[in-house]
Amino acid sequence: MENKKHTRKGDIIFSDYTPGDGIKKAVTLSREDILFEIKDSKLKGRGGAGFPVSTKWMLAAAAISDEKYIVCNADEGEPGTFKDRVLLYEYPELVFDGMVIAGYTIGAKKGIVYLRGEYEHALKPLEDYLQKMRDENLLGKSILGIRNFNFDIEIFVGSSAYVCGEETALIESLEGNRGEARNRPPYPVNTGFKKKPTSVNNVETLCCIPHIVLNGGNWFKKFGTGESTGTKIFSISGDCEKPDVYELPWGTTLKELLEISGAQNTKAVQIGGASGQCVPKAQFNRKLAYEDLPTGGSIIVFNESRNMLKVLKNFMEFFVEESCGQCTPCRIGNRKLLEGVNMIEKGEYTFTYLNKLKELGKTMQVASKCGLGQSSPNSFISILENFNDEIFSYNNGGTHA
Amino acid sequence: MLVSEKTSLTEEIELLVQKYGNDRSSLLKILQDVQKNHRYISEFAQQEIARLLKIHPVEVYSVVSFYAFLNSKPKGRNIVRICRTITCDMKNKEAIAKAVERELGIKMGETTKDKKFTIEYANCLGLCDEGPAMAINERVYTKLTPEKAVEYLNSVK
Ligand SMILES: Cc1cc2nc3c(=O)[nH]c(=O)nc-3n(C[C@H](O)[C@H](O)[C@H](O)COP(=O)(O)O)c2cc1C
Ligand code: SF4
Repeated sequence: MENKKHTRKGDIIFSDYTPGDGIKKAVTLSREDILFEIKDSKLKGRGGAGFPVSTKWMLAAAAISDEKYIVCNADEGEPGTFKDRVLLYEYPELVFDGMVIAGYTIGAKKGIVYLRGEYEHALKPLEDYLQKMRDENLLGKSILGIRNFNFDIEIFVGSSAYVCGEETALIESLEGNRGEARNRPPYPVNTGFKKKPTSVNNVETLCCIPHIVLNGGNWFKKFGTGESTGTKIFSISGDCEKPDVYELPWGTTLKELLEISGAQNTKAVQIGGASGQCVPKAQFNRKLAYEDLPTGGSIIVFNESRNMLKVLKNFMEFFVEESCGQCTPCRIGNRKLLEGVNMIEKGEYTFTYLNKLKELGKTMQVASKCGLGQSSPNSFISILENFNDEIFSYNNGGTHA
Repeated sequence: MLVSEKTSLTEEIELLVQKYGNDRSSLLKILQDVQKNHRYISEFAQQEIARLLKIHPVEVYSVVSFYAFLNSKPKGRNIVRICRTITCDMKNKEAIAKAVERELGIKMGETTKDKKFTIEYANCLGLCDEGPAMAINERVYTKLTPEKAVEYLNSVK
């Protein structure tokens, strides 16, 4: 893997930053001031769900407890996303300074990074970096010489399970259990790791924090749209000349993204990974933003040569494999959807049955226990609807039996 | 398993429990170390871990069976994982898998006779910008060609 930090450019995360500066500024402010700036910035979670960070942190800060935890969600398992990997390798100072500031703000003494097993190769450099922070008194006991400001970070390596990215499944995994999602409420901010108040935040979300603390919420809002403030790190892969991560303001259109990444003859773009939606060419002027096309950052480009049914099959196989099996709509539903794809492939389907499967997909969206089952039908529904012609019409090389 | 092997496994697990603590939240760390040292977690190891953490062996089994990187059946000394998720699939992961299969004379999911390699598919390795990708144990290899993939295999002792 190449470290391209010196070539990266962006308004916020990829802008200049001196390690430790965010922490140094934070300790001159009160917890309330920091919460105010974050609220003012309107920063929303970058892990996919888009929950306002200030709300989560205010609840965690207000919770009365002798122990609280900050968890950095580095389980990045959504097909097509690799931005957190890049951030961990190239910008650990932002991730960890963000965690220390979070600890200071909500009153936690311990931070845990949940690093996916597939990223174990990042463990050594990250641990070396943490040690460097301890040596510079940016981590550990009496940070920057401030009495009672104790905060340390531990890295926990996962053992490969996509569902562990879901925050309650992640906490189960940290506690030594199967990574099965919990019922909510209670939410982790009240009853989290070891039943203590816990704020789970995505790697990229944490990377925004030092910049907001240094420059203020108002500055952050200058980028992006009214509802989607700041920038987003997009992981672009597939049929393009320059697959990579790009930091762009929210509100960037798909067309612009495709141009930047050197994509040509593009037929479709999958937004938000396997659990997201597939957007056809006619809609490439749509915007990437919470209010139009929300995404955790995965952008997969398909050119004219791709068979969209095969793409869908790859996604459905992924979900069948990764469903934790805890609840029926997801465990059985994903199997049925995959069977449907196989039927289409063989030309052994009826439209009546496929319509039933789409209905089943809609049931899964409401009846599944966690986000995995709630979002896994998205590609099934959007690919069958948007690429109907390609998949079903004989003239376009579709299936026919 | 020989009695002496059992005793040494017990000692190993006792040391791990000392290192990580006998709290339930140490379970995954202990399992990961046993997995790393032996490339699988035997029934006996599971029972010993359960005994020392004071939980039922089924609890341990249920965790082992949940995670893709933990195995209860013996595997090769080196585990090769080829990414099969969409972007690597589009970059022809199939050719990589076939080349590795031919070279080792086994199919995906199998272990070589000399127990040197197990080959399997993995879900997204998070290397979509540099696919096709594969991992040999903890190390990752990117921008593969079938020939390079085989070279990397051969470089493993
Ligand atoms: C199946 C599933 C997988 C998820 N994977 C991740 C992940 O890898 N990383 C992540 O930050 N959030 C993931 N999430 C979202 C988390 O549950 C949670 O919303 C997020 O970590 C909160 O952090 P944020 O507010 O900073 O985004 C996943 C959710 C689901 C349902
Ligand atoms: S929706 Fe799927 S992954 Fe989530 S709890 Fe149900 S079975 Fe498990």
